[in-house]
Amino acid sequence: MPVAASAIYFLNLRGDVLINRLYRDDVGGNMVDAFRTHIMQTKELGTCPVRQIGGCSFFYMRISNVYIVIVVSGNANVACAFKFVVEAVALFKSYFGGAFDEDAIRNNFVLIYELLDEIMDFGYPQNLSPEILKLYITQEGVRSPFSSKPSDRPVPNATLQVTGAVGWRREGLVYKKNEVFLDIVESVNLLMSSKGSVLRCDVTGKLLMKCFLSGMPDLKLGLNDKIGLEKESQLKSRPTKSGKTIELDDVTFHQCVNLTRFNSEKTVSFVPPDGEFELMKYRITEGVNLPFRVLPTIKELGRTRMEVNVKVKSVFGAKMFALGVVIKIPVPKQTAKTNFQVTSGRAKYNASIDCLVWKIRKFPGQTEPTLSAEVELISTMAEKKSWTRPPIQMEFQVPMFTASGLRVRFLKVCILILLVCHAPLSKSPSSNDFHLQVWEKSGYNTVEWVRYITKAGSYEIRC
Amino acid sequence: MSGHDSKYFSTTKKGEIPELKEELNSQYKDKRKDAVKKVIAAMTVGKDVSSLFTDVVNCMQTENLELKKLVYLYLINYAKSQPDLAILAVNTFVKDSQDPNPLIRALAVRTMGCIRVDKITEYLCDPLQRCLKDDDPYVRKTAAICVAKLFDINAELVEDRGFLESLKDLISDNNPMVVANAVAALAEIQENSTRPIFEITSHTLSKLLTALNECTEWGQVFILDALSRYKAADPREAENIVERVTPRLQHANCAVVLSAVKMILQQMELIASTDVVRNLCKKMAPPLVTLLSAEPEIQYVALRNINLIVQRRPTILAHEIKVFFCKYNDPIYVKMEKLEIMIKLASDRNIDQVLLEFKEYATEVDVDFVRKAVRAIGRCAIKLERAAERCISVLLELIKIKVNYVVQEAIIVIKDIFRRYPNTYESIIATLCESLDTLDEPEAKASMIWIIGEYAERIDNADELLESFLESFPEEPAQVQLQLLTATVKLFLKKPTEGPQQMIQVVLNNATVETDNPDLRDRAYIYWRLLSTDPEAAKDVVLAEKPVISDDSNQLDPSLLDELLANIATLSSVYHKPPDAFVTRVKTTASKTEDDDYPDGSEAGYSDTSAQPADGGASPPTTSSGVPYAAARQPAPAPTSTAPAASVPDLLGDLIGLDSSAIVPVDEPAAPGPTLPVVLPAATGQGLQISAQLTRRDGQIFYSMLLENNSQVALDGFMIQFNKNSFGLAAAGPLQVPPLQPGTSTRTLLPMVSFQNMSTGPTSSLLQVAVKNNQQPVWYFNDKISLHIFFAEDGRMERGNFLETWRSLPDSNEIANDFPGIVVNGVEATLDRLAASNMFFIAKRKHANQDVFYFSAKMPRGIPFLIELTTIVGTPGLKCAIKTPDPDMAPLFFEALGTLLNA
Repeated sequence: MPVAASAIYFLNLRGDVLINRLYRDDVGGNMVDAFRTHIMQTKELGTCPVRQIGGCSFFYMRISNVYIVIVVSGNANVACAFKFVVEAVALFKSYFGGAFDEDAIRNNFVLIYELLDEIMDFGYPQNLSPEILKLYITQEGVRSPFSSKPSDRPVPNATLQVTGAVGWRREGLVYKKNEVFLDIVESVNLLMSSKGSVLRCDVTGKLLMKCFLSGMPDLKLGLNDKIGLEKESQLKSRPTKSGKTIELDDVTFHQCVNLTRFNSEKTVSFVPPDGEFELMKYRITEGVNLPFRVLPTIKELGRTRMEVNVKVKSVFGAKMFALGVVIKIPVPKQTAKTNFQVTSGRAKYNASIDCLVWKIRKFPGQTEPTLSAEVELISTMAEKKSWTRPPIQMEFQVPMFTASGLRVRFLKVCILILLVCHAPLSKSPSSNDFHLQVWEKSGYNTVEWVRYITKAGSYEIRC
Repeated sequence: MSGHDSKYFSTTKKGEIPELKEELNSQYKDKRKDAVKKVIAAMTVGKDVSSLFTDVVNCMQTENLELKKLVYLYLINYAKSQPDLAILAVNTFVKDSQDPNPLIRALAVRTMGCIRVDKITEYLCDPLQRCLKDDDPYVRKTAAICVAKLFDINAELVEDRGFLESLKDLISDNNPMVVANAVAALAEIQENSTRPIFEITSHTLSKLLTALNECTEWGQVFILDALSRYKAADPREAENIVERVTPRLQHANCAVVLSAVKMILQQMELIASTDVVRNLCKKMAPPLVTLLSAEPEIQYVALRNINLIVQRRPTILAHEIKVFFCKYNDPIYVKMEKLEIMIKLASDRNIDQVLLEFKEYATEVDVDFVRKAVRAIGRCAIKLERAAERCISVLLELIKIKVNYVVQEAIIVIKDIFRRYPNTYESIIATLCESLDTLDEPEAKASMIWIIGEYAERIDNADELLESFLESFPEEPAQVQLQLLTATVKLFLKKPTEGPQQMIQVVLNNATVETDNPDLRDRAYIYWRLLSTDPEAAKDVVLAEKPVISDDSNQLDPSLLDELLANIATLSSVYHKPPDAFVTRVKTTASKTEDDDYPDGSEAGYSDTSAQPADGGASPPTTSSGVPYAAARQPAPAPTSTAPAASVPDLLGDLIGLDSSAIVPVDEPAAPGPTLPVVLPAATGQGLQISAQLTRRDGQIFYSMLLENNSQVALDGFMIQFNKNSFGLAAAGPLQVPPLQPGTSTRTLLPMVSFQNMSTGPTSSLLQVAVKNNQQPVWYFNDKISLHIFFAEDGRMERGNFLETWRSLPDSNEIANDFPGIVVNGVEATLDRLAASNMFFIAKRKHANQDVFYFSAKMPRGIPFLIELTTIVGTPGLKCAIKTPDPDMAPLFFEALGTLLNA
């Protein structure tokens, strides 16, 4: 059964109900008490996100200082429920302008009630795209698109758009300057052994798009991925241009992308939503260019002293640079004193996370700064157990660099303008009132901006 | 752009309600709107604002959509408590459902469906009929869901008014979202009905697969979930379906991906071509791996599902083991699940890598995770013969770290490895013995003692080692005592010298005379007699070859696995339990009968004790422990110690016979009585079978029980405990059961008290019972409370009184139910039977060709039940309507009535 929820609760960290909505009758209104006594007030909290208490099951997620709890009594679709929560939070954020927390909920409770009523019916998720909902659920509420009062921006067919095939874009958009911004954001996940061999490494990338385009444009995106290129050369029966091609392990697309077409023709074609959205996500495990290599040597000298040497090597082009590099080197809890020497950036000991934190604001390519530190430890009685070393963790951003080597080859905007005009009523009263004309407009200029950035996902080096 | 609604929460002046009342009736629109917002704010924080019902409803007729929505929201929350006033809103609803604005039409229908008041339901039919055929798809998609709502309130009405047909028409709607919602509604109705309502033909199938392309993401989930029930006619069709579903794997929504995987896996069963299957497996791997980069909660759901998928199709992720390596910052629940999957995917090819990982995890901070990692190493050793040696060397390295719980866990798994590969790795025993004195957990101690006993002949100082444990024999837990006893006997049989001879006497003396534990005592007696009558036979028994244990990492039963795979993405797949093990819903048109009682309900419910619902019932615990999360440690002694005993049953049978007659002279004869339903089958209860039922005799409720001991040992010290339940049923005194010898049974009537210390929450017929004895772990099982046991003997009403009460109760308290399967043959017999359960006959009348009977019954605390039964004598089908001040009891009443009439 695809039902995702019988009830949804938003609780603060103390367990007070901030807002709730019952969608079905099969769970009691006081089920949240069970959640409070059996999960929130016990060690259970955080050990398992799906729990059964009595006849009901609870799914919960924590987002900033709010617990979102879904209660069901039947065999509900859990995947659907969690995804619904994630999307709903994204929707609320888009309405509140960024933050989602206890205060934001209290300050917008009327709006949230209204949205909760709209995005889920009887436990079945409905349309959650902010773009469409903002057409008829507005902050002021008074401006209904159908009210007899003339309003400043009439939306003639909101309901058609909620349910329409292109449920994510409204019609009749006009921009003076047609612009498309494309951001390729990659996170590198790395797990490296202390000996320097790569245990696990992958890149998860996102194509974030910001569109300001008029009408109903049909976009086509070309990447330098192997399958897409092969298919293209097959179709055009000419050999692929030389250049680096990459192999994508997996791709997932925003709902605007025509999946059937992707499957058969390997082209990414779509009618984009207006504004900002995540077009696609991909994952790559082969041929990853790691931007940094970390070479740690940690020596325990007796029971009270440690020597830490860490060398970080940047292996991207010398003209590029990384920003906001932070290297966290774990040290034992009983650290008493630390002495540093760094060849670049600044380092300090942070006792609250038991780490030496080394920050380098601007880190050029092809360099290898080092940190050497002496750590003095308090000798303790409970020394039977040797120190278990957590991995070194690293954060960074490298602009204009993709760890996967992915490049956008082209972004074509094919504009099909559907022109709707009223036919003279007198002429043919029985036939359709609308006359459809389709043509391709030639003078449709777009400006495209493409940016690349690579960030650290979980970049861990065991030591 | 953030709002400032928080101001509405801050009205805490005196006389808040009257003040709000005044504002609600203000002539200014804005003031009224603010007042409604304040009311909603008060409702949100849990204040009772139901007294403002009329005033709020008066604000309903407004142009302002936001205000209207707020009023509707208020109605949804309070209509049930004010059913008579709710009727005031009906006019506006009906009017709104014809509003020119489709948003308002849809809103009206959506809200009416949420108001579960019978009177409103009647008025809902016409607007719903209209809205199902509305021009606007937004209205139609809302109406489609509304049919499901109505079915939940009144299934009969939906069928009578032909809504099902209209709903089926919507499957061919030209709007994809309408189609999706109609499918969702139909699937739900089908699930709650016993009649075939929504049958997927190949025609609907292809129509829905086409709609899939244009639906919203959620709509795709509804359709895929509904279609996954479809059975393809032949491999060709299956291949076609799969081909059209495969593109969904690329969707960004995890629910779409999992539903597509479910559907593909279902169809794959039919596909014979290995090429196609291999190709599909290849296609499914990347999307499954991608799910692991989602939010941790979604990862958890994905991992629980992947656990099932790799059990059926190990090839899918055979090469992807790396993605299951734990990240340092993964939440514990993700790590635990990843570990479980790593064990499943471990093979000779990747074991080196996997072992390195496990070793790394074994040095982390979280104790439960570390223990599981150590166990994982052991499980790999048992699973992969060629890797066993490497596993052992990793375990030895870990033991050298000398972290106490790591050492203990390692010893436990090494014992299992010794059992799996006898006489192969004894060389490491010396290393194990070094940690002997650090062991403080019973299971680790018992494992170590088992190892010493098993290899006594090769350990030079085995007697000294055992002797060191013997000093504290009386204080040790039973598990260790049993193991010590067996190990000492083994030692004696292997080295019949003076030292062991003395030891065995000390042990046997300790275990027979100075203990209260009959299990230990009996085992000691058996050994004693064996040793004194025929030492050679003793050798055959005690040192017999043991059956080989196997790896349990593919633990699920194939048929259960089938069912779970058909439920991918749902709770069932997360709990690894079939849906009916945790869903307690009564189908609306079918009356539940006695046979529906699932006999092994022991794992449902009991949230307090079964900390991990996810694994409760699916996997029977075994020695090498498939028990996830170290929390569920196995309390029973290791089977190694009982296995040899079981191999010579004749001899033992004699011995036990001798023994039991010596200890307990008279066996109490079991009193004859009616057959009782089995609540704890012998298979679950390690030989103890319990049958029980609640009964009422002479105004007193009893728990009638039959206990049968089919195990090898005598059981005594029975105690019983009832979990909090809706009726506050609890034992009035201790359970009085004599010690039960093997092969005997006893009956008892346990007097009960009711309505004390009742559980809160929705009224439920679930009765959770725990029974323990001195020999076995605590057994939990579920029973059902049949409402009729509460009906008091003084429940007979005078006719006048009956009519008066009937009239005084509002119509909303009248609830009806159909029992299509029940036949009333003899009127007299039925009346007698009901009277025996304190349901008293009041009157009878004829209505058309049907007979209508009226009865009364009374619950304690003076709650009357007025009952009307309508039937044609001799033909199946019975309609029952009841009126009671407490309508929540109605489902339970119908359940009880069904049982009574069916019996």
